[in-house]
Amino acid sequence: MNLDFTPEETAFRDEVRAFIRDNYPKELTNMGAREDLTRDQFLAWHKILGKKGWSTVAWPKKYGGTGWTSTQRYIWSEENARVDALMPLPFGVSMVGPVIYTFGSEEQKERHLPGIRSGDVWWAQGYSEPGAGSDLASLKTTAVRDGDHYVINGQKTWTTLAQHADWGFFLCRTDPSAKQQEGISFILVDMKTPGIEVRPIKLIDGTHEVNETWLTDVRVPVENLVGKENEGWTYAKFLLAHERSGIAGVARSKRGVERLRDIASNETIDGTPLILNGDFARKISQLEIDLTALEFTELRTLASEAAGKGPGPESSILKIKGTEIQQRLTELTLEAVGNYGAPYARGMEGHGVNDLNVGPDYSNHAADTYFNMRKTSIYGGSNEIQRNIITKMILGL
Amino acid sequence: MDFNFTEEQTMIRDSLARLIREQYDFDTRRKVVASKEGWRPKMWAQFAELGLLAAPFSEEDGGLGGGPIDAMVVMEEFGKGLVVEPFLQTVVLGGGFLKRGSDAQKAEHLAPLIAGERVFAFAYAEPKGRYNLADLETTAKKDGAGWKISGHKAVVVGAPWASHLIVTARTAGGRRDTKGIGVFIVAKDAKGVTTRDYPTVDGRRASEVHFDNVSVGADAVIGDAGNGLPLIERVTDEAIAALCAEACGAMKVAQNMTVEYSRQRKQFGTPIGKFQVLQHKMVDMFMEAEQSVSMTYMATLKLDEDDVTRKKAASAAKVRIGQAGRFVGQNAIQIHGGMGMTDELAIGHYFKRLTIIDSEFGNVDHHLKRYTDLSAVDVAVAAE
Repeated sequence: MNLDFTPEETAFRDEVRAFIRDNYPKELTNMGAREDLTRDQFLAWHKILGKKGWSTVAWPKKYGGTGWTSTQRYIWSEENARVDALMPLPFGVSMVGPVIYTFGSEEQKERHLPGIRSGDVWWAQGYSEPGAGSDLASLKTTAVRDGDHYVINGQKTWTTLAQHADWGFFLCRTDPSAKQQEGISFILVDMKTPGIEVRPIKLIDGTHEVNETWLTDVRVPVENLVGKENEGWTYAKFLLAHERSGIAGVARSKRGVERLRDIASNETIDGTPLILNGDFARKISQLEIDLTALEFTELRTLASEAAGKGPGPESSILKIKGTEIQQRLTELTLEAVGNYGAPYARGMEGHGVNDLNVGPDYSNHAADTYFNMRKTSIYGGSNEIQRNIITKMILGL
Repeated sequence: MDFNFTEEQTMIRDSLARLIREQYDFDTRRKVVASKEGWRPKMWAQFAELGLLAAPFSEEDGGLGGGPIDAMVVMEEFGKGLVVEPFLQTVVLGGGFLKRGSDAQKAEHLAPLIAGERVFAFAYAEPKGRYNLADLETTAKKDGAGWKISGHKAVVVGAPWASHLIVTARTAGGRRDTKGIGVFIVAKDAKGVTTRDYPTVDGRRASEVHFDNVSVGADAVIGDAGNGLPLIERVTDEAIAALCAEACGAMKVAQNMTVEYSRQRKQFGTPIGKFQVLQHKMVDMFMEAEQSVSMTYMATLKLDEDDVTRKKAASAAKVRIGQAGRFVGQNAIQIHGGMGMTDELAIGHYFKRLTIIDSEFGNVDHHLKRYTDLSAVDVAVAAE
């Protein structure tokens, strides 16, 4: 047992650090809230990484992954977080990609994996429905076989950034008579297909991050079915486990703590830097300690994955603790900025105001981000669902 | 980075686990704790035979060439079995000081320690010092070539079983000065040493130790008699890491026992483990225990880094384990219901041990402050 990097790992870190320094787009540093970004900005780093072969680091080598060890992947996240890099979005890289290379046909792999790697194709996730959130298996969207097509009807919701999407992966009910989890299929859909309508949902932080997606008689070729008909639930669970493993966000939260420390060094309380105030300083300490516990839990998980086990139910711990820490971080950041947490209401330009931007730069998105991050304990299987998973899979109750 | 145990470490774990299973079951422990001696010297001899007492020492010190990770492995198993014998006091603390002592001190003490013939206790806490290692009223005054030690040391765990004490005392300066502290080896049968021996709530034995002009030679000093605090802090951090490992063992068992109990115990016609509110509590217990393991690895692996890194790591671990131990212990009792309150069930004894671990070598508040103060040093340095 040791924490040392081997000489090869140190060399790797230097290589990665130099690559990021030389190639990360300068105009994408300090971007603030990601919800304001354009499609091109979102994809810029992804495309650069795609050319380098580093956009899908966790994939098997045979599908264009890097073959990196867990330590190398740890280094990779750390180095990207150092510059707050806008990482490739998870929908293609961490969600549908692994499902396609694990369960998809050869044609599907050839058709879809290159676009995910390169960042040319944007994917959206069609899981949740107005009546099916944490109880995902109660979904009602149907896909009915009609010759060599499926005809899809229904409504999906919380489709993140679907306004930019080229393709979507949808869970649809293909056997309405089967038991809940048994009649579901996993279908890939070209978002330009007639009958798809994407409507924005405005969130409490003023952003348009998610959408409602309406599907009316959407005709999709049967070859877009992934794996076997009616076995989509297996693939959906597989996908959620993959999604959870990246969800801890340790490197990003570490960078967030650094930023919080900077803010608390600039803010003053009774003439002293806030960071030297015992009450607040101990809150930061507790956060940092909890983050260290999460980091080493993730490292242990990665090590056991490296020993040949895929992400299992223990990744639920990473989801729960990772999101709790992300939320706490934004909560303390909002606390740190004090009075200037109130201004900067996004999307209110022209509503009888002449300036949105009045506090220190770091205060601008403190409240928005705090509001926005409440989503993290709800999405990807709410933290209560994660506890149900641990109850069943680990405690065996 | 590597999170695997060596073959030797796995062997230590397996053989110790077997020994505890076969000879340290809960009823046996209960009898031992209630006996006049309060421990089993014969068990200690078996630990020595298994090589446990030698495991963390280098080969040139007469050990098996292991280190803190070996101590971690042993202490986790001790935690699972609620073992009362003084491995922490003798091997981690006593051995931790002695291996940094002079060649003569090593020659005199390490071989019998490793053979299981010499047992140590660490007399550092004082009635008014709380967790501040430098807050000392015990004094060591120069007396010819040697020293005369006077003072009162509080809750010296394992002292009733010990042949020797490691004593911290003020050699110069004011009461809480960080300089002017020495570390001394004192034979417990030395003239002027008196003890009041008592049981602790978690099944161990401890003493109030009084020193009345106890004479020791110049060779009793470990390290620098005028600046011993850095050594004390270092060895104490090593003890904290080991103690965290013990807590992990106790937490894992407490959590498993609780899950098992919830499977058996029926209320309203159904096993209580089917109630979601209890399931989620037990998941939280599981997560606390797992994160404690992570923090214990972290602190143990950082013991040899620079002082600030080591101290922050030890304090971070102690904070997390203190909080986790309280959460796991309290909820284990709660989910066991009335049965959890009885002396008959083992669970209450795990709860008691976890409770006391928080107060050993500094509780949550103490270490959260220590961690914060060390972070403030970082801030001050960055600002310069």
